[in-house]
Order: sequence, then structure tokens, then C-alpha cells
Amino acid sequence: MSERENILGRIREALKVSAPLPGTHGEPVATHTVAESPTSHAREWLPLVGPSVEAQFDLFARNCADLKAGFQLLANRDELKATLAKIATAEKWSRIASHDGELSHFASQSLGLPVLLTDKGYDVQALEKCDAAITECDALIAQTGGVVVTSRSTGGRALTILPPHHVVVARREQLVADLPAAFALLQKKYAPDYPSMISFITGPSRTGDIERILVLGAHGPKKLTILCF
Amino acid sequence: MSTFVSDFKERAAEKTGDLRLRQFIRTALRGYEVSRDKRKGAFQSWESARQAAAETKWEAINHLDTHLESLVAKLEARGTKVHWASNAQQAREIILKIVTDKKARSIIKSKAMTSEEIHLNHALEEKGFTVIESDLGEFIVQLRHEAPYHIVFPSMHLTRDEIRDLFQKELGDAPSNSPEDLTMVARRVMRQKYIQADIGFTGGNFAIAETGMISITENEGNARLTAALPKTMITLMGIEKVLPRFSDLALFLPMLATAGAGQPMTCYNTMYSGPRQAGEADGPEEWHVVLLDNRRTELLADAEQRDSLSCIRCGACLNVCPIFRNVGGHTYGTTYSGPVGSVITPHLRGLQDWKHLSNASSLCGACTEACPVKIDLHHHLLQNRRNASASQPSFFERLAYKLFGIVANEPRFWWLAKKIGWLTQPLQHAIKSSALDPAKAWTKTRDLPPQPRESFKDWWRNRK
Repeated sequence: MSERENILGRIREALKVSAPLPGTHGEPVATHTVAESPTSHAREWLPLVGPSVEAQFDLFARNCADLKAGFQLLANRDELKATLAKIATAEKWSRIASHDGELSHFASQSLGLPVLLTDKGYDVQALEKCDAAITECDALIAQTGGVVVTSRSTGGRALTILPPHHVVVARREQLVADLPAAFALLQKKYAPDYPSMISFITGPSRTGDIERILVLGAHGPKKLTILCF
Repeated sequence: MSTFVSDFKERAAEKTGDLRLRQFIRTALRGYEVSRDKRKGAFQSWESARQAAAETKWEAINHLDTHLESLVAKLEARGTKVHWASNAQQAREIILKIVTDKKARSIIKSKAMTSEEIHLNHALEEKGFTVIESDLGEFIVQLRHEAPYHIVFPSMHLTRDEIRDLFQKELGDAPSNSPEDLTMVARRVMRQKYIQADIGFTGGNFAIAETGMISITENEGNARLTAALPKTMITLMGIEKVLPRFSDLALFLPMLATAGAGQPMTCYNTMYSGPRQAGEADGPEEWHVVLLDNRRTELLADAEQRDSLSCIRCGACLNVCPIFRNVGGHTYGTTYSGPVGSVITPHLRGLQDWKHLSNASSLCGACTEACPVKIDLHHHLLQNRRNASASQPSFFERLAYKLFGIVANEPRFWWLAKKIGWLTQPLQHAIKSSALDPAKAWTKTRDLPPQPRESFKDWWRNRK
């Protein structure tokens, strides 16, 4: 018999005895048949998010500030271009990485710097030497100040983690209110054929492993900037 | 007395005597409590969220076979190779075989308690492979050749000065004792190692049955890099990590962050559903997922304590435990320390050898209250005590209770015992906690309250 069958066999044997439901100290129950999943009301328990788009952008901005992520709400593409140029000059970028995409193409080309595109394969050492990655995202989440990226929509797995500065360019309509909305959006967009990696990024890479003192840029990007218009 | 219990007592005595360390740990955990309370307060209803999380894990664990089958079918459909390991040895053999077949030299690891559980690093190093822990805290304890102090904060027992000295000695690079500088040393050391490593090794926080995904939670980005750059990826995970639905993560991810570290969300929460897919830019060519039983099914068979398989390893119960705070993580001598470790270790490694952990508790219940999935931790500690004494009763305890039963059931004996007790009181004070005291182990740290001359009964009878 295979180990798979051995383990599944032991599980089935063990589950012949029922266990009480959590928090009840009550009688064991055989099956817990609920009409809906216990987490389907998560929105009512998670941190509150305002109903209006303005309130949600305010919350997103506050969360970004807490996370030490940069966030700017811009009027149009011209402002996006100008803001990017300002950052590139200030940080003396000499080469950047990006991926195929209408918005990422516009943003990365606007700087007139050499751009490494990762979509069709790339040299890891070359990516490691880039000063920044400019990517799109699947969603911005007001509740957490986070962004969602995937291996399919934002240039693979390494682009959004290896370069020291990750710049996310997004459109206003990409903001969702909360985590349940973000999961629903991903399900609607991809199910059943999900990208092999979906990542919820909430602030720049960080560690508190030395005396619980916050240090940014442990292994991933030291800086995360979200530019939205 | 087994060596496990004498080792525990020896280490506990040593650590509780280290007042500097205790103060250091207390300060760190007080900081955690403040931020955790702030994040809990931001929830509209933390209690409802806990109940839902507990029910979701109940559903997952009590239908574990069907959820695992669904998880594995979905993973395999997208090219992931799934392995099943009944025990630690099988898991080590499976991983060694993959690593050997790939002719690998170096393995980069992100944090995984399951790998501590099966002593993987030792097995790999013995065969000549280089293993690098990439999580900063794990990297630090690896350089010191010691086990993690805490399941979430592996190096919380070390000061910045100790880490500077360690880096200076082992890496020859420590510009100062500032956490910023020291973290950047580790970042520099690790960068090329990611690129050169043949194998990336990770653990898993949640496995989604519905979609066939493994979700990994981390702050540093080291697991993201581990799962992005090496050609082969190996993930080792306990079979109990399943969640039924993708959308369950919308609740579990912020709860894990809040309970575990007082954060609203951990920095990177990443769901993997396969190796590199057609049309994707990068990622491992092969992904091996090793599902580990290692006596989890025995815990599953104990319906009374089955809920301890709901544990999401957030470490909240360790942080609030007065015993953990004072004796520290290394004293336990187990992979999983603190209250949850004391509950599950006797199941995973043998009740009689590890029953002393059930007594390493004040039964204050702080752990149960802190648990985000409502595991009934302090009652399980009591149940382990009960089970241990039922399966191997102590002769002296039985004799003592038998004698007590006889005396307490017979008023004349009781009266006599009271008189003897009152008369011998001065003697007890004289020999207290000396070699002559038969109850030395107990009286060493405790005082018997003085016995009054007159009992309540006597007083009642004689009152005017």
C-alpha cells in the first residue's frame, strides 16, 4: 500500500469518532452542515472600510503611511510621468526592469532609461542590477494598504521582489474596498486557471528579527511606491 | 525520572535565574501585546472572527481526507509532484532523494517549523549539502548552531551586541550594532546565494483544498525569492494545514498577522498553485510538495484534543504564557514550545516522556483566550495530565490518595490527623525544604499556611 493510502486510511479511521464543535464544550457532532461557509461574513468582522471611493482612498493612503510605503494619487498620465522622472533623478536610476502591459510600458518607457523586460525570460544577474521595477497590479486594497500582483499579470515571480525599489502603477478603478473583495476579484478574473503565484504585498519588505526593531528591505524591496491616477 | 524532565527542570532553573534575559523577553513581548491589542481593536468583531476561524478549521480537520484529496488532485493537475510521508524519516528520505537526483549543491531555505520537526538541516549537511536559512532570525540561530527560540521570532533572545559579535566572528562583517546595519549584512550575504542555489525549500501556512494552492506568509521577502529563483522548489507541510476555500484566506491572513505579530497584514502573503506555467516568465521548473503526517493522525484520533490540529502556528499562546516568558523557548527541548507545544508534543513524541510539559502551566487560560482559532489549550493540558496518570499511575500518589481517602472518610481519624498536624507544625518548620523533609520538592518554593489550634467545627460547637 502506498503512503498516500496509509495516511488517508489513518485519517478515515480517526474521523470515525466525532469531535465537539469549537467553543461549545458540547456533544460531539458527526458532520457540520452549514448552509454557507463560516467565513462568508468576514466583511462584517474585519476592520471597517468606508463606503465612498474618497473614504477608501483616504484609508489606503493612511495605511500606506503606516506601512512606510509611498503613495501618490495623481491627476493624469502626465503627472505620472513627471513623478516617475522625479524619483528616477533623485535615486539616480540607471536601469530599470518592467513587463509587458499598456500602463507599465507607458511608465517604463517614459524615463528614457534602458528597460529589462522579464516576460519572455531574462538574466537573473541583470535583473539584480536594476535600480527599480515598474509594474502594474491586479488590485489595490483600501483595508490593508496592499497591492496584489501575480506571476502572469506582472512579469513573473522575481520582478516584484528582487529589485530594491518596486514602483506600482495603477488606475483609480483598481482600488477594492477590502480583502473579501480582492479574493472575489481574483476568483472572477482567473478561476479555475490561476497564475502559479499570487502575492498580496503589504508594504516594503521588513524584519523585526533583531530586538523587534523594524528594518525595511530585509530581502525584498527597501522601497515600495504606489502611483495611482 | 526521565532525562527529558530532568533536562527541562535544569534548564528552567537556569533560565529563570537569568534576570537580564527575562527582562529582555518581557520588554519584547510587552511591545507585541500593545500592537496586537491595537490591531485586534481595529477588527469590527475579533470574537466573531475567532469563532468563524475555529469553525472553518473544524470543518477542514473533520473532513481532512476529502480536503487533502481535493488539494492533491488540483496540485497534480498543474504539474506539481506530491509526496506523502508518514514519519520524519520518510520525509527526510524523500527530500534527500530529490536533492540527490538534481545533483544539487546548495539549498536555500525559508522558514519552516516542519523542517525543524524532522531535523532536515542536519540530514542534508551530513550528506554534504550546503543549507542556508534565509529568514534573518533563522539565519542568526543557524550561525549559532542552535534551535529557534520562538516559532515566529527565532532570535528574540539575542541582543544586537550578541548578533554583531556573531556576524563579526562568522561572517567577518559587522559595521555596527545597529539592527539596520546588521540586517543589511544578511541581505548582502544572501543575495547571491538565492541566485546560486539549486533548490529552494519552503514551509506552508495554509493549503487551499478548493483551488490547490499553498499560501506562505512572511515579512522579509525571503520566501518569495526562494520560490522564484532556484530551478527546483520543495515545500514541506503538515497534513493539517488545509483550509476548505480560497476566500477563507480573506479572514485567516489578517488574523494570523494580528495574533502572530500585531500586524494588520504580514508583508507578503503568497499563494502558489504550481511550478512555472506555460507563458510565465520565471519560477521553478519542478515543484515538490511533501505532506507530513508524523503522528498528526494520532492527534486526530483523539477527538477530545482534535482541535489542536487547528493550530496556525501564530505563536500568540507563547507570547502570553507566563511559563514561556520565564523559562524561554529552549527550555522545552521541543520543536513547538509554549502552551500549544506542551499540548501536542506528548502526542507527537510520547505521553510518558513529555507529560511534564502539562505541568509547565499555571492553568491561567491566557493561551486559550489568545488563540485565534479557539483551541481549548489549558483544558488539553489538564487532559494530558489525566491521561498520563491513567496510563501510568504513580504508586506513591495512589497510596497517598488512598490513605487520604481513609482518613477523610472517618471522623475519628480526621480529628486525630488534625491534632497531629497541629502538634507537628513546629517540626515541619524546622525541617522545611531540608533533606529530612519528605515533601521537599513541594515545600522548597511554598509555605504551608499555619494551622489554627481550633477548627471551624470546634469553634462552631463551642460558640456561646
